[in-house]
Amino acid sequence: MLDGLDGERRDFLKCMAWAGTGALFTFSAGVGGSIGLDAALASPPNGTAVQPFTFVQLSDSHIGFNKPPNADAKATFAEAIAKVKALSVKPDFIIHTGDVSQLSRDDQFDDAEQMLKAAGLPVFFIPGEHDMLDPDGGKAFLQRFGKETQGAGWYSFDHRGVHFVALVNVADLKPGGMGNLGPEQLKWLKSDLTGRSSSTPIVVFAHIPLWTVYADWGWGTDDAAEALKLLARFGSVTVLNGHIHQITQKIEGRIAFHTARSTAFPQPAPGTAPSPGPLKVPPEQLHSMLGITDALLVRGRDRIALIDSTLSA
Amino acid sequence: MTRAFKMLSFQAATLVASALMMSAVSQMTRAAPAPAAAVQIDNFTFKAPVVTVKPGTTVTWTNRDDIPHTVVSKDGVFKSKVLDTGDQFSFTFAKPGQFGYYCSLHPHMTGTIVVKG
Repeated sequence: MLDGLDGERRDFLKCMAWAGTGALFTFSAGVGGSIGLDAALASPPNGTAVQPFTFVQLSDSHIGFNKPPNADAKATFAEAIAKVKALSVKPDFIIHTGDVSQLSRDDQFDDAEQMLKAAGLPVFFIPGEHDMLDPDGGKAFLQRFGKETQGAGWYSFDHRGVHFVALVNVADLKPGGMGNLGPEQLKWLKSDLTGRSSSTPIVVFAHIPLWTVYADWGWGTDDAAEALKLLARFGSVTVLNGHIHQITQKIEGRIAFHTARSTAFPQPAPGTAPSPGPLKVPPEQLHSMLGITDALLVRGRDRIALIDSTLSA
Repeated sequence: MTRAFKMLSFQAATLVASALMMSAVSQMTRAAPAPAAAVQIDNFTFKAPVVTVKPGTTVTWTNRDDIPHTVVSKDGVFKSKVLDTGDQFSFTFAKPGQFGYYCSLHPHMTGTIVVKG
C-alpha cells in the first residue's frame, strides 16, 4: 500500500470514493497518492530525515446547539477533545475553523474555551458566521479568541517551516452573495505572502469553503479566486475549511482543498435536501457523522496528510 | 446650490406637513386595526420573497428553522437581532418604497417588502 505514496493522480482519484470512511492523504506538489487509513497507521510513512509534526482541525462545535439530531453539542465536543487527547502522536496545536458557538453568547464561548483547555494544547481560531452574532458583529469572539489578529480576525504564523494563514470569510457578507474575504483582507494576504519562498508549504484555513461547493446554498466564497491567485505560485497549498459539516475535497493545480466534519451535527450533501439545515439522523448514526481531522506534515517533502476520523471510530 | 437648498427645504416642509396630516389621520382612525403582514423563514428561505403592503403596515418575520437567521435591510433601514428558532422580528413600514433585505448569516437568503399607497 505504501508505494501509493509516490503514485499517480489516478490513485488519488481512486481514493476519493472511499474518502468519507477515513483516509490518509499525502500530497506532493499538489497531486499525490493515497493509502488506506489502517495501512497508514500500521506503517507510518518513513524515510525522511525530519521528524513530522501534526496538528488537529476541529470545526463547527456549535456550542449551545440542542436540537435534533444532537441534544447536547457540548457532550459531542467533549468527545472530540477526548479523541484529540488520545491521539498516539501528540499534536503541536489545534485549529478551530469556526462556528465555535451557536449564537455568539458569552456562556457558549466560555464553555468552548473551558472545554478546549482540557486538551492542553494551543488553539488557533477563526470565526464562523455563528460567532458574529453579538450586537457588535463579532467583537465578543475577537476579544476572547482573536486578540492579536487584524481586521475581522485574520492573521498568519509560522510553525516548523510551514506558513499558516487564517482567513475570515464570514464578515460583512453581501446580500445575495456567499462567503466574502473583502479587499482589505486580500491586500493584507498579498503583503503577507510577498517575499516568501514558493517552496514554503502553506496551510490556509477559513470557515466557509474557499471553492464553490454548492452556490445554491451559499457554500463558497465570492472572492476566493483572488486569494487563490496569490497562492498559485506555491508548491504545496492546503486549504482547510468547515461550515458544511461533511467531508469534501478537491485538488486544483497545487492546491488541495478539504472540509472537515462538525463535532455537533451533520448537514446534507449538496442539493440532497430542501435546505442545508441539520441532517436529522437517528441517534445511533450521529457519532459516525461527527469527527475531527488530524493533519501530518513531513518537512522536506511538501506533503500534508489529512486523516479524518469519526467520533464512533 | 441655493436652488437645491430651497428644493430641500421645500421637501422638508412637505414632509413635516404630511407627517402632521398622517398623525391627524391616525388620530381619526384609531379604532381601525393596524395593518399587518407575516413572513415565515423556513428551509433557509423567506417564504414570501416579495410582499406588497400598504404604508403603515407592520411586517413580522418568524424563524421556523432549527438554525438562527437575521433580517437585515440592504439599505440600513432595519436590522433584527439574531432570531433563534421561533423568534420574531417586526418592523413598521411608514413610507412607500421597495425594501430589499437579506439574512446576514446566510446572505443567499433575500426578500423584498414593497410598500405602496
